[in-house]
Amino acid sequence: MARSELAVPSATRLSGAGLTLAYDQRVVAEHLDVAIPDSSFTVIIGPNACGKSTLLRALARMLRPRKGAVHLDGGLITSLPSKEVARRLGLLPQSSIVPDGITVADLVGRGRYPHQRLMRQWSRADETAVAEAMRATDVAVLADRIVDELSGGQRQRVWLAMALAQETSILLLDEPTTFLDIAHQIEVLDLCAELHETGRTMVAVLHDLNQACRYATHLIVMREGRIVAQGDPSGIVTPELVRQVFDLRCEIIPDPQTGTPLIVPESRRRVRVAS
Amino acid sequence: MTARPPVPPVSGRPRAVRLGDWSLRVAPRALLVWVLLVLTAFAVAVLAISTGEFTVPVPDVLAALFGDGPPVAELIVNKLRAPRVLTGLLVGAAFGLSGAIFQSLTRNPLGSPDFIGFSAGASTGGILVVVSGGSAAQIAAGSMTGCVVTALLVYLAAFRRGVQGYRLVLVGIGANALLIATNNYLLTRANINDAATAGAWLTGSLGGRDWSYVLPLTVALAVLLPACAYVSRPLRMIEMGDDSARAMGIRVEAVRAVAIVAGVLLCGVATAAAGPVAFVALAAPQLARRLTRSPGVTMASSALVGAVLLTAADLAAQRVIAPAQLPVGVLTAAIGGTYLALLLRKDRH
Repeated sequence: MARSELAVPSATRLSGAGLTLAYDQRVVAEHLDVAIPDSSFTVIIGPNACGKSTLLRALARMLRPRKGAVHLDGGLITSLPSKEVARRLGLLPQSSIVPDGITVADLVGRGRYPHQRLMRQWSRADETAVAEAMRATDVAVLADRIVDELSGGQRQRVWLAMALAQETSILLLDEPTTFLDIAHQIEVLDLCAELHETGRTMVAVLHDLNQACRYATHLIVMREGRIVAQGDPSGIVTPELVRQVFDLRCEIIPDPQTGTPLIVPESRRRVRVAS
Repeated sequence: MTARPPVPPVSGRPRAVRLGDWSLRVAPRALLVWVLLVLTAFAVAVLAISTGEFTVPVPDVLAALFGDGPPVAELIVNKLRAPRVLTGLLVGAAFGLSGAIFQSLTRNPLGSPDFIGFSAGASTGGILVVVSGGSAAQIAAGSMTGCVVTALLVYLAAFRRGVQGYRLVLVGIGANALLIATNNYLLTRANINDAATAGAWLTGSLGGRDWSYVLPLTVALAVLLPACAYVSRPLRMIEMGDDSARAMGIRVEAVRAVAIVAGVLLCGVATAAAGPVAFVALAAPQLARRLTRSPGVTMASSALVGAVLLTAADLAAQRVIAPAQLPVGVLTAAIGGTYLALLLRKDRH
């Protein structure tokens, strides 16, 4: 990873080159080059409206780039058969709609869709994958419960289980911790770290810079539609970077738990600090 | 029967029957409901054919249906009553399917074609032909055209980077109001006889439907049913959100386009054959969901419930104030509405 900051796109399984991303006439990001290192836990971070979710959506082929291209395993992601892509790359969108009255087991089972066909609607492999996904996310005990009745944290674990049941080696997560309280945020992120350790490439959009530094093995920092820095958090997160990206003065100390960078914002009310 | 059992889960774990590499997902409860619905439809059909001004005994009905009954029975059964019942079954299934498709697309029971202007547009087309003195076939063509044109306009007006469910419902409800006003205006301007004919047609009726109605309906359904089967599973995934479905490898726009075309045509042919019968498209998917306890909207069950609902309502319409007859649309609302209200009461847990 000691090479140039912008890795050669074709060197990794998932990459984007020369991306211009836009909704209708509104250009959100331009000239993005990004390579997701294989087997990394990549976190994309930046201030609101910097285009981080848009970049993730482009990598997940939810948004067709205005210019440039996203490549998966050397092929153009938009020309690969959609179901084929879905067997390699999964996405947990920012928000999904729970079908009325669906049980946990049934919802997780829907993650098997890309593996199913008209005459193979529910194979033993489907059953095993669903059981394994529910075990990994600790929702097996909820299998027969109705999803609507679960707490926010439980529900997010169920959605994660559905994405896991898809059995993709790359998993993209769009703000998986939003709307969760701090304990559930950590729970979900720990789970993501475990999934990463079992060999998956994880890519997540997060809001919290400290959490990003803690969990990411590769950080992509964005501002106003551009990538400002990418690399190992310990190597790139500096007070200058934080000021440049978030307009925030801060100190950076080692996280007492993990040794990763911990951002301590400078108080504007220094006056009250004693001595 | 003393203590109430705990409320069972609505869907439960996926189950399947397997044969080698093949597997079919089965929901035992849904299968049971389907069998019961088919039996009910058959019973209602036989009863409707057997009774009336002239009673044909049930054995004679069956004999006539299979081609070797007494001549009088053959005449009454095959010429008069069977086509009416068949029309009812087919129209009911078409309304049920159309309702299922649009309720699924809009994720909203109010997304039914009778709420988002398609039925009203079909009515406008029908009335225009009635007041200009068209034949039955021309009325049917007029209502089909009205339905398709309305659907196209609503779709275009609701379109913004794809069609969002709630926009379709809102634009559709607006179009519905506009078209109902237009229909009323047309009726007030028509001469009294045309207005009466149009009024009767507007309630929806199966009276006097012969084989010339059954054949086109059969052809239309033979083409549209496979389309519905094809989009059925992807549509259920799209109910979880476009991004979720796309992430599962579903080509959302293509599926949606097929579903919309099929749904509009189903609503169109059904209305062309029986008039804008109220409530079947709204109620059938909701009834089906609650009977089968399956999550989301289901196509096959909705079609079956629609068929049973319409034929049962038509049977009642012919018998309630016999020898006078009610238009079936009056009773679909009464029967379906009451039943839905009862089921919704049971829902509160």
